[in-house]
Amino acid sequence: MNVVLRLAWRNLWRHSRRTWLTIGAMVFSNTLLVFMISLQFGMYGLMIDNTLQVFSGHMQIQAPGYKDDQKMRQVVPDVQPLAARLRSELDSETIAARGWAFGLASSEERSYGIGIYGVEPTFESRVSNIPGLIKEGRYLEQNDAMEIVIGTMLARNLRINVGDELTILGSGLDGSFAAAVVVVAGIFDSGVREIDRNIAEMPLGTFQDVFYMNGAGHQVVLLAPDLDQAEALQTRVATMLSANDALVVQGWDELQPGVKQAIQADMSSAFFMYGILVILVAFSVLNTQLMSVLERTHEFGIVMALGLKPGRLGRLVMLETTMMGFIGLLLGAIAGALFTTWFTVNGFSYPGMEEMVAKFNLPGRVYPRATLVTMFAGPLVVFLCTLAAAIYPALRLRRLHPVEAMRTN
Amino acid sequence: MTAVRCIDLCKTYRQGDQDIKALDHLSVDIEKGEFVCLMSPSGGGKTTLLNAIGGLDIPDSGEVWIAGERIDQMSKGQLADLRLANIGFVFQAYNLIPVLTAQENVEFVMQIQGVPAAERHDKSFAILQEVGLKGLETRRPAEMSGGQQQRVAVARAIVSRPELVLADEPTANLDSKTSAELMELFTELNEHHNTTFVIATHDRRVQAYAKRLVRMLDGRIVDDIEQHAA
Repeated sequence: MNVVLRLAWRNLWRHSRRTWLTIGAMVFSNTLLVFMISLQFGMYGLMIDNTLQVFSGHMQIQAPGYKDDQKMRQVVPDVQPLAARLRSELDSETIAARGWAFGLASSEERSYGIGIYGVEPTFESRVSNIPGLIKEGRYLEQNDAMEIVIGTMLARNLRINVGDELTILGSGLDGSFAAAVVVVAGIFDSGVREIDRNIAEMPLGTFQDVFYMNGAGHQVVLLAPDLDQAEALQTRVATMLSANDALVVQGWDELQPGVKQAIQADMSSAFFMYGILVILVAFSVLNTQLMSVLERTHEFGIVMALGLKPGRLGRLVMLETTMMGFIGLLLGAIAGALFTTWFTVNGFSYPGMEEMVAKFNLPGRVYPRATLVTMFAGPLVVFLCTLAAAIYPALRLRRLHPVEAMRTN
Repeated sequence: MTAVRCIDLCKTYRQGDQDIKALDHLSVDIEKGEFVCLMSPSGGGKTTLLNAIGGLDIPDSGEVWIAGERIDQMSKGQLADLRLANIGFVFQAYNLIPVLTAQENVEFVMQIQGVPAAERHDKSFAILQEVGLKGLETRRPAEMSGGQQQRVAVARAIVSRPELVLADEPTANLDSKTSAELMELFTELNEHHNTTFVIATHDRRVQAYAKRLVRMLDGRIVDDIEQHAA
């Protein structure tokens, strides 16, 4: 180690208690940042997964324009063979075809306008958690034909139960009149009012017959193994379909823009708080380094007299700060990683959290999401702000005059 | 060859309501290899002159030339380079860097000069031996006596063999035996390496070693005499 490095290192420990206090502030804030950011991303992951797994999936293949203007005629031709081909080529079972139509659902007493989805019962359970949310009866099965499942609110509104008949009226793909009488096989409760009130699912084959779809559907839903892999999968699917102008792949953020906006809004407020925390740490470093510079003014005068340029003196102070910041970064990242890892295994919860998050259809225990970004982004920002805080004390040295500095005690 | 040339130097300090003339139209030439003692009572201007020669302080007017270069108009950076390359300083209060060992203090200047590590190590080791500090290389200033610290300061000042050594009251904190040893060392360096020494002091024991005595009073030179060294 050269003399300047040794000098910087030993200068750091002249007032070891002060240095440790400053490093302690960095470690505390870094640990907190690692944990909070990981927890936040864990929460977002849950929000996204919970929202997407209810129905929309991580991505959908649709006709261009279908997302913004859901029209019957904007179809995905041969939707089931397309889904089967994708399942085969992508070696994934979490791909399902769907059709959609607006129809009038009538019980003996009441009628409501609803969205009727034709689904592949075997694969639907792999892209949506509605099949797992059946509260009464059962979900659709492979051999079902004239069965339908509806949401709890729709069942209540129509005043029907499992086993009751429901008349479906609508308009087919060719504009002709579409009608069918189906039997309620099950009632689901997703916790999302819009879904429970407005959606019904029936086998895709029956749907195509009733609405004269001629093998077409309206979407192929794909669910990636996890959110991190969704983007890569979307790119791959888009490449596979690049020759077909009649189809587009919509990502989750386009399908559920509200979720993304909610996350962005939450991130803005959270990062504002983190910013305040980082600024507080930066001021602590500024205070330490300023005191350190002021109390060594005499010594700086000497080294300037020996021939050290003010710029190199400034670099010495920056070097000391870099060392201090690096210790803070390292210890903070390690402490944060250990702390966060424990919660990634055991989950994080606090009294009242369950009730609070239930309205967002989230579980009462959140598991932080520890990645390299969540582990190092916060500590790196603290490190950079620490360096920025040392710029002022370092610049002060440029104005130092050797004789005046040496007169200082 | 002229090592130091000062022409009509003026420097005034403000102390409270009073203006104090530290240098009052002072001119002096010092040749290479001279051993000069600047003598004056406290406040006579010797430290101010030393600082002006070393480029540590800029005179209000006049010119300072070191080894043929005018330095009073140089930038801070140029002055730092000049001091690093040509001038060694010895201060009254030793002024060692407290967190570095004796050897590291000596190496520090060479490191700034860009001397390779192995050469730095060998030179610093040798010079500490030369000033009688063999075996104390790893001690920090706080673990050494005043005399030992001053020897480290001298070693630091001369390790790069500067052409000019400026010493401000180098014996002020030393006992008579250590003072004598230090002055012997200065004399030896002056004679063997032709190093120019300018020493500001009011210690009469130091005067005995000087070949030239420059007496100052109120920022002026009042007496400038050659003498045979003791």
